[in-house]
Amino acid sequence: MNDASALVRALRDPASVKSLDSDGWTALVSIARAEQLAGSLAYQVQGLELPAAAVRLMADARRSAEHQRRQALWEAEMARRALGDLDVPVILLKGTAYVAAGLSAGIGRSIGDLDILVPRDALDAVERALIERGGWEWVKEDEYDDAYYRDHMHELPPLIHKERDRMIDVHHTILPRTAKPTPDAQALVADSVPMANGLHFLSPPDMICHAAAHLFADGDLAGGLRNLWDIDRLCRDFFTQPGFWETLGERAERHELAKPVGRALRLAETLYGTPVDGDVAGRARAGDGLYLRRLFARDGWGCETRKPLRFAFYLRSHWLRMPPLMLARHLFTKWRKA
Amino acid sequence: MRHEFRLTVGPVGFRIGSDWREPLDRLAALYDGYPETALPDFTVRLFAQRPWRRFIRPSVMIGGDYMLPDAAPMALAHGLLAAEMGMNLQMALGQRRYLLLHASAAEKGGKAVLMTGASGAGKSTLSALLGERGWRLMGDEFALVDCETGLLHAFPRLVSLKNEAIALFEGQVDARRFGPKLSDTPKGTIRHMRPNDEAVAHMAEPVKPALLLFPRFGHEAAVRPMGAGEVFVRLTQASTNYVALGEAGFDALSSLVKTVPTRAIDYPDTETALRLVEQLWTESSL
Amino acid sequence: MPAPVYRADPEKARRIVQLDSVTLIFHRASGLTHIVAPPAPEILAALAEGDADAATLLDRLKRDFDFGEDEELEAALSARLAELETAGLVWRP
Repeated sequence: MNDASALVRALRDPASVKSLDSDGWTALVSIARAEQLAGSLAYQVQGLELPAAAVRLMADARRSAEHQRRQALWEAEMARRALGDLDVPVILLKGTAYVAAGLSAGIGRSIGDLDILVPRDALDAVERALIERGGWEWVKEDEYDDAYYRDHMHELPPLIHKERDRMIDVHHTILPRTAKPTPDAQALVADSVPMANGLHFLSPPDMICHAAAHLFADGDLAGGLRNLWDIDRLCRDFFTQPGFWETLGERAERHELAKPVGRALRLAETLYGTPVDGDVAGRARAGDGLYLRRLFARDGWGCETRKPLRFAFYLRSHWLRMPPLMLARHLFTKWRKA
Repeated sequence: MRHEFRLTVGPVGFRIGSDWREPLDRLAALYDGYPETALPDFTVRLFAQRPWRRFIRPSVMIGGDYMLPDAAPMALAHGLLAAEMGMNLQMALGQRRYLLLHASAAEKGGKAVLMTGASGAGKSTLSALLGERGWRLMGDEFALVDCETGLLHAFPRLVSLKNEAIALFEGQVDARRFGPKLSDTPKGTIRHMRPNDEAVAHMAEPVKPALLLFPRFGHEAAVRPMGAGEVFVRLTQASTNYVALGEAGFDALSSLVKTVPTRAIDYPDTETALRLVEQLWTESSL
Repeated sequence: MPAPVYRADPEKARRIVQLDSVTLIFHRASGLTHIVAPPAPEILAALAEGDADAATLLDRLKRDFDFGEDEELEAALSARLAELETAGLVWRP
């Protein structure tokens, strides 16, 4: 098939790849790489009898994922060493949290920068400790971008490590301050789960809220298949725990994210057969189909297709993040500099 | 993608898609006889920035499974170069099976000489010249080390001759082996040259690395020993995936440094360099 | 301020290769390669016996190596430990 559904099917039902011919595999590999899901796919199909070339490619993808996992855990450990004396909870987010907590969502996941969440009133101390004790420094940003980050975003301007060349993003909440939903950052911190080494991860319901917020608010739905795969894996890891769905429903309300969480669950169910709860997921809406078409918009070369649809989503995601006037100012400043 | 061409170079398969036919026709002619691949390791895409740019002042964007976010487009007349750069990019960003060294290599008697060093050191030209003088060219740009066996795999893409180096081969080798002369590329004038039949016929045969050289152009002829620590550091710098391969990469590289004799060579002209290589090769096989 | 106490990973966390004058350390936890000169490998080995500050560590090293008596030794060792801390090979528990 000529869209990303080949990848979705392979993730959902790994044995289905046995019916692929080499052209099917070629497309699957390019799509999985483009969607940053090659590692996840490679672990899903591990152990299956596959064509020799596919076995090699999947082994390469696992090797790459293993490298990213090790690097992510090490960056977290170095942040822990730099921040250990501060006595503030340091909460790992996204991919690093999944691998550190040993969750299924972390298996084979591609991981970029280190993202951490700390209480807002600890931001300055955290920033100072990372720079003075940890060896991180500012990525060269000009004044405008810097002020922009500090005034409107949910994170410090990114820091990069002097020696290791790796970035860290320090957040104090999970959405920009200009976004319409205002997640309860204090509750995120209060409910976070400590690990043996002293670092924390978000409570499982909050992890799902974060992934859903990220899906619809941050970017143009790019990376959506991976995001929904995270949500699928998280639900499967936790849905049998007593009271899980009730808590998820409550948390989503509390963070003003009930709609994104509901839609994310419905999309994940449609794509990956995720076990979901009808009350939290809500009833199907007209927009769901549009989102699905957007998520599938990739051809067998790994190219994005359906460009106009993508552009509509990009505008939309900018509107979500910034009130209109501020957006105009932001774009204008960018144009002038270009 | 409208047009497609597939090929295998050494142990690596590529699929190249293009919005235009022309660059792929050139590739197909120069890579004639290279094996096809059913399930390629990497996909390269040559595409127009905007749909109408296929026709109006066409410029080629280079993409693929692995991409650089701000790669500048190239003129369609340089499409062949764009395709080669696209393949290089996939290797540099995505290769996870072999330790990739930015080095040239040539084989004789079942063993290989590896040459690496800063760009402009002449490693590409030297390997290509060796390839015309009784050696088998294994690659002028990348060498692939198998982390399990320590053997060197060939990667004989088209040789990318630059500026003065072009004249060393024109008139010397079969004219059908040359691509078009590409003027005013970001690297000056470039002309691609197909490796000879020997190099293509034996490209699937890995061999043991037996000599490692760090050539340097523009100095009086000299041969210097190098400390193993320095060699190790310079090879990590010459590798695009050393860190990503983790312990396997460490083992492969440290044992390469421990077992393969290494020399730095300075040379004022290519004939002197070739003489030095042959001389060191004879000494190292004693 | 009391002298900092350091900890190192156990020896199996590192893969060590000797190349003429230098030592290569592949650190498994980080995937980083460190190129060090003596006495860095010796410091790591001595620290693997248990957490220690510079003075304690110096006593351990003197057991196996003859440094002579030099008042600067402890300061020099502290400096090496700080470098190893930056590299991530030792840390303060």
